[in-house]
Amino acid sequence: MPDIEGQLDTGLAPDELRARLALTWGTAGGIWGALTTVDHKIVGRRYIVTAFIFLGLGGLAAMAMRLQLSRPEANLISPDLYDQLFTMHGTTMMFLFAVPVMEAFAVYLVPLMVGTRNIAFPRLNAFSYWVYLFGGVMIWVAFALNIGADTGWFAYVPLSGPEFSPGKRVDFWAQMITFTEVSALAIAVEVIVTVFKQRAPGMSLDRIPLFVWAQLVTSFAVLLAMPAVMTGSTMLILDRLLGMHFFNPAEGGDALLWQHLFWFFGHPEVYIIFLPATGMVSEIIMVFSRRPAFGYLYLVLSIIAVGFLSFGLWVHHMFATGLPQLGSALFTASSALIAVPNGIQIFCWVATLWDGRPRFATPMLFAIGFIVTFVFGGLSGVMLASVPINTQVHDTYFVVAHFHYVLIGGSVFPLLGATYYWFPKFSGRLLSERLGQWHFALAFIGFNLTFFPMHLLGLGGMPRRVYTYPANSGWGDINLLVSGGALLFFVSFMLFGWNVIAALRREPDAPDNPWDAPGLEWAAASPPRPHNFDRIPLVASRHPLWSDRGGLLTVSGLSVDTREVLVTSLAEARPDLRETSPRSTIWPLISAIATTALFIGTIFTQWAVVWFAVPMTAVLIAWFWPKQAVDDT
Amino acid sequence: MSEPGPAADMSALPKYAFGSRMTTWWGSILLIVMESAALAYACGSYLYLALLNPDWPLSAPPPDLLWGNLMTVLMFASLVPATMAKKYAQREDKRKVQILLVVLCTMGTIACVIRGFEFGALNVRWDTNAYGSVVWFILVVHTTHIVADLIDTFFVTALFLTGHTSGKRFSAVEDDAVFVYFVLAAWLPVYGLIYWFPRVWSP
Repeated sequence: MPDIEGQLDTGLAPDELRARLALTWGTAGGIWGALTTVDHKIVGRRYIVTAFIFLGLGGLAAMAMRLQLSRPEANLISPDLYDQLFTMHGTTMMFLFAVPVMEAFAVYLVPLMVGTRNIAFPRLNAFSYWVYLFGGVMIWVAFALNIGADTGWFAYVPLSGPEFSPGKRVDFWAQMITFTEVSALAIAVEVIVTVFKQRAPGMSLDRIPLFVWAQLVTSFAVLLAMPAVMTGSTMLILDRLLGMHFFNPAEGGDALLWQHLFWFFGHPEVYIIFLPATGMVSEIIMVFSRRPAFGYLYLVLSIIAVGFLSFGLWVHHMFATGLPQLGSALFTASSALIAVPNGIQIFCWVATLWDGRPRFATPMLFAIGFIVTFVFGGLSGVMLASVPINTQVHDTYFVVAHFHYVLIGGSVFPLLGATYYWFPKFSGRLLSERLGQWHFALAFIGFNLTFFPMHLLGLGGMPRRVYTYPANSGWGDINLLVSGGALLFFVSFMLFGWNVIAALRREPDAPDNPWDAPGLEWAAASPPRPHNFDRIPLVASRHPLWSDRGGLLTVSGLSVDTREVLVTSLAEARPDLRETSPRSTIWPLISAIATTALFIGTIFTQWAVVWFAVPMTAVLIAWFWPKQAVDDT
Repeated sequence: MSEPGPAADMSALPKYAFGSRMTTWWGSILLIVMESAALAYACGSYLYLALLNPDWPLSAPPPDLLWGNLMTVLMFASLVPATMAKKYAQREDKRKVQILLVVLCTMGTIACVIRGFEFGALNVRWDTNAYGSVVWFILVVHTTHIVADLIDTFFVTALFLTGHTSGKRFSAVEDDAVFVYFVLAAWLPVYGLIYWFPRVWSP
């Protein structure tokens, strides 16, 4: 088959170059264009919006629980519905919001930050979004039909096993795991290959932005951790559907096997959420301190160390299960050990602030709010790493307080800061600073009012996951305070929503680089054009937009009529190949629909695997079979 | 921002290459990493349950060796056409690659047949006890690798027999050969665990 050599960009006038690239890389209008697009920015934006919608749903579930708990012996919500609410809350926040939203930021930003025109494997990227969407919709539709999962977000056996949870609730939960893990694994592969092979020439390993480093390490953690929970959830379905015995002690199985598999995923999961957040904080603190991040090398090494250590902590979720003492001691030590690289990161941020000229815009406020809250959550984490304390407060509100401090403080605050920071790039509009500062103040106060008193409730003995408590327990007043704080926290998010909507109703007016940031993403237009960069940048320093104030160095010689990306060498990013990048296609959507049919089918019969295997294979072959003179894959 | 003219010309760069220079090669390797992790968790679960149960393999006779041994021989044998296919793909020798791909398709099909007999020779059902569950699970996980590899090989063969032999397709042959290596590498621990562990293990 002849290779069609398109027109090269060499020598084209800037206006013509821009117009022709936009035509080549653009997404068609209308529904067809929307369903077939493989543009990482459109897919990434969808991911972000969808994840925030799930945040809203998870938040509503939390508000319903806080309403019920605001006074003792309330009867607003039945115990059964309450079980579904806390399960849907945890499941949604972890699997449908926190992990996907962090990956969504990677999908949108990593290609821009490394200076390429699309993510690696863009069709896989489109596929992963559809799978995520369908899985999330599936479990919420199930909830609406009163088949909502009700065994907690970690679905411990034997409660979730066939004996104690008949019906289909747990099966929907287990298949939701499969959906979200497939999409997460796909993005992890795309991000790693984009960072390894599609960096702009000259962006050697020591010039990679810290956010991109964090996303790279996170993707490796996803690659190794997610298969553990998929293995576990598949075994759970098999126990439930085919009468197998992985977790059945009567036939040689073991309930703790589930906990090992779940937490071998579940602890790295915390860092899968947290590491990208540290990357966001590094970027924000650097830009708003107006100096390079202090200790770049130590920050990178800390990120990598945290990635490794996160796989050695899982047993500290199981201290109350009666494991051998030596094992517990080991995991206490490893839990304390991870505080070291995390501490190094915090010292580097403080040093950057110290030596910089800080500007307290909204992203910076959230970054500082993060440091304060996360340090606090880290302290209760050190307490929980100790076996005697852990056993004492096991399953109480102390644990609920701790993990909300690390998850919201450690991840949601940076995420909100990052949203304010990158919003002009996503949308071409700046969010209102005044509303942003109100948002931060309300969120910070509301958050602490909600979760700090929970430590006291936990120490006082209030167990988690109870739908009500007796009046003579003395917990009523604190619970009312907690519910009031939750309301304030909820209002802060409504303010945020209003800020976003108001900004989107204005005409785009943001400059390309409103914060005077150094990264390549700020060299692209706001919002970026379909091809991201008119010419691929040539990187000569760690902070290209700060060191090349006279204008960015670029390269030429790429096609303007076919989609082409520059592939570079792994360590030094020397230019190596001009690979074609796939065009829009409907096949990822069709494949996702076939996948959905298979996954949902298996909830009801094992034969769905057989029935849907043939159409699945046919669809995948149709996807990959070359249809053009120029090879697309 | 005003931009100076381009500082370097990329037009002479090739459109494809082999091995780790290609994005698709990295995609395959990461897929292998992920699948290896999944298999490791399955094998880890087997060992975990074996250590918990003093009467492992829970009073079932160990699997018959015949079909498992045959599978091992076949897997090693498939290294020959896979390595040759890789070599001739790098030389872009279309004719030889076509022949070797057909050989690999045949061997993959035979492997699927042998796998069917292996399930029959496990001497335990998946729902008998935890031992049955976990051996069936591991063997099914490995079977998905064999089947995925076979579908991929058939696909690449179909491309090569229908004239889709642009340079980049030779690189796909190389990736397919790498996957054959992985299926063997994944098989050896599974083979040891399923067939030999119950014979030699005494708690």
